[in-house]
Amino acid sequence: MDLLNSGLKEISDAVKSKKISALEATKFFLNRIDKLNPQLNAYIAVSVDAEKEAKAIDEKVAKGGDAGLLAGVPFGIKDMLCTKGLRTTAGSKILENFIPPYDATVVKRLRDAGVVVLGKLNNDEFAMGSSNETSYYGPVKNPWNPEYVPGGSSGGSAAAQAAKLAAGTIGTDTGGSIRQPANFCGIVGIKPTYGRVSRYGIVAYASSLDQAGPMVSTVEDAALTLEVICGKDPMDSTTAQKSVPAFSKNLKADVKGLKIGLIKEYMQSGLDPDVQKTLDNAITELKKLGAEFVDVEIPLTEMSVPVYYLIATSEASSNLARYDGVKYGFRAHKENQMSVTLEDFYSETRGAGFGTEVKRRIMLGTYCLSSGYYDAYYNKSCQVRRLLRQQFLDAFKKCDVLLAPVTATPAFKIGTRVTDPLKMYLNDIFTTSTNLAGLPGMSVPFGKSKDGLPIGLQLTAPHFEEQRILNVGLAMQQVSPVKGDKPHVI
Amino acid sequence: MIDRKMTEHIATLARLKVSDQDLEQFSQQFTQILKYFEQISKVDTTNVEPLVTPTDIEAFWREDSVNQEFTAEEMTANAPLKSGNLFKVPPVV
Amino acid sequence: MSSRGYEAVIGIEVHVQLKTKSKIFSADSTIFDSADNENTSPISVGMPGSLPVLNEKAVEYSVKTGLALNCSIRNNSVFARKNYFYPDLPKGYQISQYDKPICENGWVTFKVNGEEKKISITRAHMEEDAGKSIHQGEYTLLNYNRAGIPLLEVVSGPDMRSAAEAAEYCRTIRQIVRYVDVCDGNLEEGSLRCDCNVSVRKIGAEKLGTKVELKNINSFRFVEKAIEYEIDRQIDAVERGEKIIQETRLYDPDKNRTFTMRTKEDAQDYRYFPDPDLLPITIPEKLIQKVRAELPELPQARSTRYQKDHGLSENDAHILTEERELADFYEQTGDACKNYKSAANWIMTEFLRELNDDKKTISQVVFKAADLGQLISLIDKGTISGKIAKTIFQEMWKSGKKPEVIMTEQNLVQISDSSAIEKIVDDIIAANPGPAAEYKAGKVKAFGFFVGQVMKASKGQANPDVVTKILTEKLK
Ligand SMILES: [Mg+2]
Ligand SMILES: [Zn+2]
Repeated sequence: MDLLNSGLKEISDAVKSKKISALEATKFFLNRIDKLNPQLNAYIAVSVDAEKEAKAIDEKVAKGGDAGLLAGVPFGIKDMLCTKGLRTTAGSKILENFIPPYDATVVKRLRDAGVVVLGKLNNDEFAMGSSNETSYYGPVKNPWNPEYVPGGSSGGSAAAQAAKLAAGTIGTDTGGSIRQPANFCGIVGIKPTYGRVSRYGIVAYASSLDQAGPMVSTVEDAALTLEVICGKDPMDSTTAQKSVPAFSKNLKADVKGLKIGLIKEYMQSGLDPDVQKTLDNAITELKKLGAEFVDVEIPLTEMSVPVYYLIATSEASSNLARYDGVKYGFRAHKENQMSVTLEDFYSETRGAGFGTEVKRRIMLGTYCLSSGYYDAYYNKSCQVRRLLRQQFLDAFKKCDVLLAPVTATPAFKIGTRVTDPLKMYLNDIFTTSTNLAGLPGMSVPFGKSKDGLPIGLQLTAPHFEEQRILNVGLAMQQVSPVKGDKPHVI
Repeated sequence: MIDRKMTEHIATLARLKVSDQDLEQFSQQFTQILKYFEQISKVDTTNVEPLVTPTDIEAFWREDSVNQEFTAEEMTANAPLKSGNLFKVPPVV
Repeated sequence: MSSRGYEAVIGIEVHVQLKTKSKIFSADSTIFDSADNENTSPISVGMPGSLPVLNEKAVEYSVKTGLALNCSIRNNSVFARKNYFYPDLPKGYQISQYDKPICENGWVTFKVNGEEKKISITRAHMEEDAGKSIHQGEYTLLNYNRAGIPLLEVVSGPDMRSAAEAAEYCRTIRQIVRYVDVCDGNLEEGSLRCDCNVSVRKIGAEKLGTKVELKNINSFRFVEKAIEYEIDRQIDAVERGEKIIQETRLYDPDKNRTFTMRTKEDAQDYRYFPDPDLLPITIPEKLIQKVRAELPELPQARSTRYQKDHGLSENDAHILTEERELADFYEQTGDACKNYKSAANWIMTEFLRELNDDKKTISQVVFKAADLGQLISLIDKGTISGKIAKTIFQEMWKSGKKPEVIMTEQNLVQISDSSAIEKIVDDIIAANPGPAAEYKAGKVKAFGFFVGQVMKASKGQANPDVVTKILTEKLK
């Protein structure tokens, strides 16, 4: 069986029909990790229990039990999701030795569906970044060209999926952290509607923006994985009670008569010529398939970067207050307990435990919430957020989905942007508004830069309408000029 | 303008020991970033309710029932310093 | 009103620990004395990725208490994060409420030295309790069993003017939370905590003086003493021309003085913001009506009813309505025998004495209120005397038997028919010619001797009125 090019359903069916064992599939990917990870640094930790879990799936199959929708499918999990007994670091020194006593709901649902957890994928520290250069465990390299960034903060997931160091991976997206790296690495990545997927057990960056989602090779795989991880969770008050559609069964590449909106504001800021070409190709192809295009205006998308960073850093400054060296993780003072004051104990632990970008965002957020500035920054941003969300809802009165580039440029070289934070933040100009409005968004590969780096396009749908972007995504995948392209590392 | 004194105050509020060099850099970066972010003040938000949760989600509450899933050992297993099943920190008034 | 030309201005924050079975945002148990960190989970220890889910019973108890405090209930209240660093706060923030609390604008009334006082309740909000620090000299140990237990923080207006009022206010809050059965109101165990904000100003001055917070005072007596001390301390300081510093002070009951906690309490910037992990608490009118309907009759109203309908004195009505369980027991006793005054007496004397001697709670009393009512009816019907009733009561207290059963078993029925008593009188007079002669010669006191003798001979069963009547005739 050609595990490199098999979809998740094929692997699962093969395992269930004993054409291949879960152990074989797992070993196949573990070997690829041994071979390629040193180059790419996509994994922070590989699970020593992977083979044991695979054998348990094979035993279940042998006994004729229902081994699940993803039986024996090996997955890589972004290191922002707690995995019971398997070290979870959030890409930070401050959680260097943290072994969670519990699984995130997403991980539990994957395991219940028969998934084998291969290990934990590298990410920007506390998911704060868009180039995977801030991880305490080193940067991740883009499999298409190791001098380039894989994108972030789910850089490890994107790189691992592109280089096939797993059959499927999970990432998280707060301001584009699934869609942007998926676009830079030429894979499919979808951020669900806010509230579709449980955040229980996922290290929090910004609670009102974070969502976990699949980062896989095909739209079919994305649909199947979404079915497994979506749905209400009694452990997360912000999950929706809406029933979860059978995304994979309802997949249909028919776009005839579908109205696709192009966001005027996204077209004005100078796009890289290759990105522009990719977009134009997609428009041409989709028109051929019977889709209609309409221009829509969402003026406040121009404010999405400031609004996003003011809200996200405010929430993060509070969400990261728990990292204090008391209950778990890194602690600055182990020995001379007596001498240190409580304030120094906290400040030294956190000062040494967090990287620079995390400290920068915590401080920016602390400032936004501090007395005298709350109204001008945090509260004002929440008001603008409501107006931005309404503008999206108005746009969806004129179209069914939105098509847009994910980033203005293809992947950039490692080290070229990390020095200027504002420049880095502006990377997210096309992705942050989707999180602010709580909408589902997906990146699908559709082009390539002159340097051979992948370029994807972003589809956005109204709340809880993931099926629409999966269907359009499937249509695009079938006609994509880069269909079947693979990085040389494979 | 986020001067050095304000940056120091924020670092204290956030309990973050920051080197002098970082303090200097953060102070400049915050000034640059916040100058760019000032543009949100141009948006007219008169009687617009702030939005926290971006999707319409039906609230649900939990029944008042006990479900003790974890032991004290598991909850203190990751403690950097402990005595028995109690977390240990420098003396506090 | 304090003399020395100054007026004390006191406001009180009472933290009421709501007696739910599980914590406010997690399913950990709230049982009081468990092993170290036994009642914890990733949520209450603040582990990465943990999220809060609201306990519905905490909302119900908060609405119930708010209604009992005459508050209006906000249909859409919001949880906010109060951000500060302290080891007993696992998440680095406390989930509390800020500008949209669940209860607002209530009031309570009570009497202090006979004068009725009405104190406003500015607000009452839901929040989670912090853990407990155990200080061991060179280090501090943390137990998070209490972290996450639901609290209702009741904030009064700055309406109190004396230490006595402050103490009575706290007692009233305790009584009400016990009445509506949301908290056991145990100051010592900390299920009820009073923090007093005290300032002084010259009488007639508009501006309030600087507020000093007195924390963790765990008895009502100490509340009064601590505030009395603090008022004098502040007046002395003001008269010495010193400025009062805004600080938190603790009360040392042994030295009967307050002392500063010296924590760098620069006005804390808690950076409140709505908690994005929780949706607003929408409370439908239907729920408020349901809880209102289930509210028990509150002490104030019950005491007034007892005075009006049962003719009790204000003092007796106040004692009997102090605790809801006692009021229920009294009322059931009264209903059984329809003699409320007598029921009141029995409860306030015999019943409460036995209860306090044995340190029992009412639920541990082995007989029913109706049984005590029956005992009173036996007296009213003349079947037994008051004295016999006391003997029966002792037996009831021990064995829990019905009064009639005890009466027949120990044949304590009162003899009232005169022929039987006449016979006993004749025997006694015949056996004591001396005293009989003395009485007839005018020594009135001897009469008591004869009454005693007849009662003894009849083992206390003879009806005293009948005995006196026959003796006076026989000894004429
Ligand atoms: Mg308070
Ligand atoms: Zn409080």
